[in-house]
Amino acid sequence: MTLTSKTAAELQALLQKGEVTVTELTNETLKTIEKTEEQIHAFIHVAKEEATARAEQLDQAPADARGPLFGVPVGIKDNIVTKDMTTTCASKMLEDFVPVYNATVMDKLEAAGAINVGKLNMDEFAMGSTTETSFFGNTLNPWNTDYVPGGSSGGSAAAVAAGEVPLSLGSDTGGSVRQPAAFCGVVGMKPTYGRISRFGLTAFGSSLDSVGTFSRTVEDNALLLGVIAGEDDNDSSSSAKQVPDYKAALTGDIKGLKVAVPSAYLGEGVDAEVAATVKEALKVLESLGAVCEEVELPHVQYAPTTYYVISSSEAQSNLSRFDGLRYGYHTENAENLEQAYFRTRQEGFGDEVKKRILFGTYAMSADHHEDLYVRAQRIRTLIAQDFDKVFENYDVVIGPTAATTAFKLGETGGDQLVHYANDVLAVPANLTGRPALSVPCGFVNELPVGLQIMGKHFDEETLYNVGHAYEQATDFHKRTPAIREGN
Amino acid sequence: MTTFSKDDVKYFADFVRIGLSEEDKGNFSAQIADLIESVSNLKEVDVTGVEPMTHPVPMINILREDQPKDILDREKMLASAEDQEDGLIKVPDIL
Amino acid sequence: MNFETIVGLEIHVELKTDTKIMSPAPAHFGAEPNKNIHVTDIAYPGVLPTLNKKAVEFGMKASMALNCDIAPIMNFDRKHYFYPDNPKAYQISQDKRPVGSNGWIEIEVEGKKKKIRVERVHLEEDAGKLTHTENGYSLVDLNRQGTPLIEIVTEADVRSPEEAYAFLEKLKAIIQYTGVSDVRMEEGSLRCDANISLRPFGQEEFGTKTELKNLNSFNFIRRGIANEVARQEKVLLSGGTIQQETRRYDEATGETVLMRIKGSANDYRFINDPDLPEVHIEQEWMDRVRAEIPELPDARKARYVSELDLPEYDAHVLTLTKEMSDFFDATVKAGADPKLASNWLMGDVSAYLNAESKELHDTPLTPENLAQLVKLITDGTISSKIAKKVFTDLAKKGGNPADIVKEKGLVQISDEGTLRTIITEILDANEQSIEDFKNGKDRAVGFLVGQVMKATKGQANPPLVNKLLMEEIKKR
Ligand SMILES: [Mg+2]
Ligand SMILES: [Zn+2]
Repeated sequence: MTLTSKTAAELQALLQKGEVTVTELTNETLKTIEKTEEQIHAFIHVAKEEATARAEQLDQAPADARGPLFGVPVGIKDNIVTKDMTTTCASKMLEDFVPVYNATVMDKLEAAGAINVGKLNMDEFAMGSTTETSFFGNTLNPWNTDYVPGGSSGGSAAAVAAGEVPLSLGSDTGGSVRQPAAFCGVVGMKPTYGRISRFGLTAFGSSLDSVGTFSRTVEDNALLLGVIAGEDDNDSSSSAKQVPDYKAALTGDIKGLKVAVPSAYLGEGVDAEVAATVKEALKVLESLGAVCEEVELPHVQYAPTTYYVISSSEAQSNLSRFDGLRYGYHTENAENLEQAYFRTRQEGFGDEVKKRILFGTYAMSADHHEDLYVRAQRIRTLIAQDFDKVFENYDVVIGPTAATTAFKLGETGGDQLVHYANDVLAVPANLTGRPALSVPCGFVNELPVGLQIMGKHFDEETLYNVGHAYEQATDFHKRTPAIREGN
Repeated sequence: MTTFSKDDVKYFADFVRIGLSEEDKGNFSAQIADLIESVSNLKEVDVTGVEPMTHPVPMINILREDQPKDILDREKMLASAEDQEDGLIKVPDIL
Repeated sequence: MNFETIVGLEIHVELKTDTKIMSPAPAHFGAEPNKNIHVTDIAYPGVLPTLNKKAVEFGMKASMALNCDIAPIMNFDRKHYFYPDNPKAYQISQDKRPVGSNGWIEIEVEGKKKKIRVERVHLEEDAGKLTHTENGYSLVDLNRQGTPLIEIVTEADVRSPEEAYAFLEKLKAIIQYTGVSDVRMEEGSLRCDANISLRPFGQEEFGTKTELKNLNSFNFIRRGIANEVARQEKVLLSGGTIQQETRRYDEATGETVLMRIKGSANDYRFINDPDLPEVHIEQEWMDRVRAEIPELPDARKARYVSELDLPEYDAHVLTLTKEMSDFFDATVKAGADPKLASNWLMGDVSAYLNAESKELHDTPLTPENLAQLVKLITDGTISSKIAKKVFTDLAKKGGNPADIVKEKGLVQISDEGTLRTIITEILDANEQSIEDFKNGKDRAVGFLVGQVMKATKGQANPPLVNKLLMEEIKKR
């Protein structure tokens, strides 16, 4: 068994005892990345020199100063700001942008002893679900390179699935952690809004955005979230709630767990084989003592368009700062300010980003503000109330993470109905600020399927415990793509 | 059918300072018309008396004490700007 | 046709906090360019605003002092527009739920009192500074970006340039009393725009208004409004129409100049800022902030009139600035006669401050030494005229007025014997004047008094001189 096939928890056992040095692990990791990248292109930037230097430094550190992620390589989605290391958001707009500050999650990772091995590919400004809108070219699915890894955190999911890193960070505005986790067969958590600081996460939809965590096991995911969660003075929307010991919550005991399965989650637009796979998973949970019941969510069918209006509106606001004046791409030889603005943003943004900015501007403009933007916010309230009611009687809401398995390259997710079904599954967690976890639950045509477990606000513990119990009862998380075996 | 003309595209693009080619305008006019069509389902919902949700997890009174900290180094800031002069960021003139 | 002038004012006041409203960078006037900055002020990807508690409390305080209702729940909104001094391309402001609303200020013009309603007071961030050069580019300094502001918007209740002046004078005094701002126009901590329109007397609806900017002093505001009113009147009388536009007051010509025509395309696309949680202002918090507001100018003015018997005019002038009013209060407390203290402050002291371009706190004058000076007059130690000489020294060097009097030998001569000797000598030398007086020329006495004062270097007690002089003349 190679070092890079180990989980973070396993690596910790070796590193803390000094059986493996950080430098050895880092070198091995960089070698694996170099080989694997030729096939999947998960990274935008591999931080070879920085990681090597940091490894040497950590090896010098006294044994009692070793944090919970001591020496563990972690990949970072490229919309999370890293001091002195390019942060591109997969856009030409920030192609050469080197931040002067660190995201709070980066400071926390560093304090925990983790090693940032590089910046991961994504859809441009996190807008997309395939990683194909990246200015730096797309990432390929490690299970089958004819397929997309999902998105927008496609690089983060693919890198973990392919064994390049045991852990990575992504971001989730409308499913962007969970859907690629499902497509790549890894564990992906979008925690409660406010659980992780957003300071240093490039904003897309500020009321929807969350940093998320990728790993190959639930235990590793719990370890990573425990390190980066918590209140931050730099983010007023971060929660002051104590960060629990997530690992301690992994009892594997889910007897009496009340599971709600919304009828819409296994209905129209959801691939029949995916639905069947999820039903099998529900049976596993029942066998462990959970009680599953079908529930109705009267407004969930409006979640996709509600999400689209709100996320695009917030995006047009957040992306207005990219004007080339203080940093980032700027057009050459503009004759005046207006020309500089127009050309910089014409040349710097890709089409998907422009489309969303334009639509968001329309939705927020004086004539449509009340009847589109504010109306969507009101419907958001109704959707949230539907879920609140369900959670009065249930511990978790479960369904597929995505309506299908990974799309073929260039096919961007099939027909409108599938798109809609995907969004019905993905965006409610963001609209309601609730945590949701995706764990591998089977395969359809040799492509992974994800099981989504959504929970009560700040109850990530229950999600991890359910995921862990399921993981213990199944073997799906142990299957590895051929790419990894080749390493 | 919702229509969203090239002029409409330009009208909104002007607000957000995005330059567009004729081809862009054509593409976006079709794409945004589709989007407007698809979000029209929101009009079906009765929202009387429903408050808009602006924050997913309500919090109140998160306030900072009035003490200076984390002052940014000017030279580091200026290093990422296109051009500078005497500590100031140089930008194209209005006209 | 006769037109009624309708003016609404929008005033921006910079709050005197140590840090910016949405970032912990220092908020100070006059630092080197781009030195008072935090990553948040540059609008780097990923930065987030953090709300300054003191700025909120200053906003509450100002609102309370302007008789506003305080929002029980307020929030912040993003107002979108592109400009190099506005890094996020949105300004964090308050659109729907401002900190204060429904307030008023009472003003007095030509003896008539009137309330000007304050529609709202909202908190927002200031923009950076953009300087245009001669060489085809501009320069951005982001020090000011994020400095806390309150924007005070009045109802269109102002009916003349004089009312506008009186309103601003009063507003400035009130804000200054609360201590939330220096309210200095020359440093830009108070800025004013005026919305001006005309309508025929008796007409209900407002005419089209123009917005007047670049009003850099209260006098320019008065003149600018007067000029714009005259311009609109001329346009309307010649059958023209006013268009919605922004105009600039040109200080050199005293005229208003077109800046830009307001299109309908000014769409700020306000949204509630998701980065900033709501602020709930509970009664207890409100009470605590209210308790920190000192006695305001109107209350002081009333007290000066009713308790200290000052004329309305004195009470008004003394309360225009808190420093003057505080100084006056302390001078009276130190034992000075209120009316005399008022005369000194409004007269010699103000003249001295104006001439030297100084504030009271820049001088060695203190309520104690001014009170001593006043007491020397009331107890007859020196005359008012001598007191002026003492004051010149006091204002320059400070110290104890009694010592200055002694040092310079300026004590008033009130000894009858001494004065009678001097008077006798003067009468002996001026027989003609005595003759003139007896022939009915009253002016002759004035000449004789003058001679006595000259002989005593002004130190003779004037009423006593008068009395003794008459006695001595009668004897002859
Ligand atoms: Mg205004
Ligand atoms: Zn304003």
